[in-house]
Amino acid sequence: MPDITRDEVAHLANLARIDLDDAELDHLAPQLSVILESIASIADVAAADIPPTSHAIPLTNVFREDVVRPSLTAEQALSGAPASEQQRFSVPRILGDEQ
Amino acid sequence: MTEQGKERGTSLLDKSAAELADLLAAGETTSVAITQACLDRIAAVDTDIHAFLHVDAEGALAQAAASDARRSAGEPASPLDGVPIAVKDVLATEGLPTTCGSKILEGWIPPYDATVVERLKDAGLPILGKTNMDEFAMGSSTEHSAYGPTHNPWDLDRIPGGSGGGSAAAVAAFEAPLAIGTDTGGSIRQPGAVTGTVGLKPTYGGISRYGLVAMANSLDQVGPVTRTVLDSALLHDVIGGHDPRDSTSIDHPWASFAEAARTGAAGDLSGVRVGVITELGGEGYQAGVQQRFDESVALLVKAGAEVVEVSCPNFVHALAAYYLIMPSEASSNLARFDAMRYGLRVLPDGDPSAEDVMRASRDAGFGDEVKRRIILGTYALSSGYYDAYYGQAQKIRTLISRDFEAAFEKADVLVSPTAPTTAFKLGEKLDDPVSMYLNDIATIPANLAGVPGLSLPAGLAPEDGLPVGFQILAPALADDRLYRVGAALEALLEAEWGGPLLDQAPSLSDVEPVETPGGAA
Repeated sequence: MPDITRDEVAHLANLARIDLDDAELDHLAPQLSVILESIASIADVAAADIPPTSHAIPLTNVFREDVVRPSLTAEQALSGAPASEQQRFSVPRILGDEQ
Repeated sequence: MTEQGKERGTSLLDKSAAELADLLAAGETTSVAITQACLDRIAAVDTDIHAFLHVDAEGALAQAAASDARRSAGEPASPLDGVPIAVKDVLATEGLPTTCGSKILEGWIPPYDATVVERLKDAGLPILGKTNMDEFAMGSSTEHSAYGPTHNPWDLDRIPGGSGGGSAAAVAAFEAPLAIGTDTGGSIRQPGAVTGTVGLKPTYGGISRYGLVAMANSLDQVGPVTRTVLDSALLHDVIGGHDPRDSTSIDHPWASFAEAARTGAAGDLSGVRVGVITELGGEGYQAGVQQRFDESVALLVKAGAEVVEVSCPNFVHALAAYYLIMPSEASSNLARFDAMRYGLRVLPDGDPSAEDVMRASRDAGFGDEVKRRIILGTYALSSGYYDAYYGQAQKIRTLISRDFEAAFEKADVLVSPTAPTTAFKLGEKLDDPVSMYLNDIATIPANLAGVPGLSLPAGLAPEDGLPVGFQILAPALADDRLYRVGAALEALLEAEWGGPLLDQAPSLSDVEPVETPGGAA
């Protein structure tokens, strides 16, 4: 399995929307390589015909009655918001200038 | 230091939850008296222990007074009505801060209660406060809390385990008779092991997760943290059972766990087949841990159990599979912390876009371990690596479940040491993730397979005088077996020790305040 490079970590951090600074990148990249090395052993363990398990105790078709129940008020739902306006979450601009 | 801080040994603080319930039922004490004793103890020792992130003295005393009123009217809400409890800071509590040990949720007050918290309130248990934890439950030492580490009551220079080190330490330091923890890879059981307390991870789906801030949905479970096996069972009876608000909750007619513990405490295990897992022991396990484990197995034999050795060959791959599945799920779960609807919002200079704000907020709000795991998970799920990492890990999960199935054909319960070592020093493994992850090597298989597991104290390791944990595992839905076998072993061990192991813990009344090494805060 490949080592994880500093550039790759920067790319992944971008995908994960975390602004890592240079010091963090220098610190994290070698640590992630060591972690990956230590778990690389699993690559050849399971044969192709072994089915994957996503939940150990799977339940399917979990339904409940469709009835109206008490829920949060708008005020409660917005109580933890960094900013709100007119009963809505207020967020920074989503589109760039050219969009 | 208050009187309560010095008086452990003679006060209400020493009583188990079951004993407190009996005293309350007999009218020999009040919930207000018990709750006040806990609050005084917290005031006296928590500057040293740092088990709590938030103490709600006013709320707890009001709930205690209401409990006493119900009791006077002859209408207690449950057997534990009036017995106070501490709650890990990863469960939503209406009106009380819930930080998950993270700066990104500093100051957040949930507008609702988790189902478990609601059930505690309905059953009349006053909530003392919220306990410290590794940030978003990621860690084995509680050093990854953004608010500074918790200290092990047995030795303040050592870790209390993690991620639920706060709940375990609160119970071990007699600040609370009961606590709630969560266990994704061992976060209830491993802190239990290193603090000399009892902790149980239920069958996956056995206790509701509605209102639990998720780390890894296919692994996370809520469970009891206590000083005795019976107390865990009593608490499990209160918080367990089907919840329609959690789609992974099992609708199953659970029998009384307290009944199973009481049966077990008689000490007769005739006909019970106990399997010792070959792969979880020996090399890599501290000598004193192995010794206390072996002695406990011998006691089970004395109690009539039939002991067999069982091999689970794929368990050696559990840690690697876990460290792919858990970060993958965590990276997805923690995407919700986007600085838009709740939590920290950092505004970079200029005219930042929403994405700029997310990046800056997540960098400022998350600690190192959380960043490590989000990046690792993002990597494992990314195109080109998915099959090699996440896909393989899911297949290993199947193999581990099959190992359990084969083992449970030969044994009713499986046993192992809970953790490979006793508590290590604060700071020792803080910047060595792989070494830190090894602490969970014996607890992780149960999470991957969804089976229940319990840890109880097996004594002190001769070489360092620190607690050793004994783990018992049962098939899915057979949590009652853990209480039966656990209570039997506990009774036999306490007969040898001449009382609970925690009687041997330092009183904490004359400890010197310690400096925080590695100061995470």
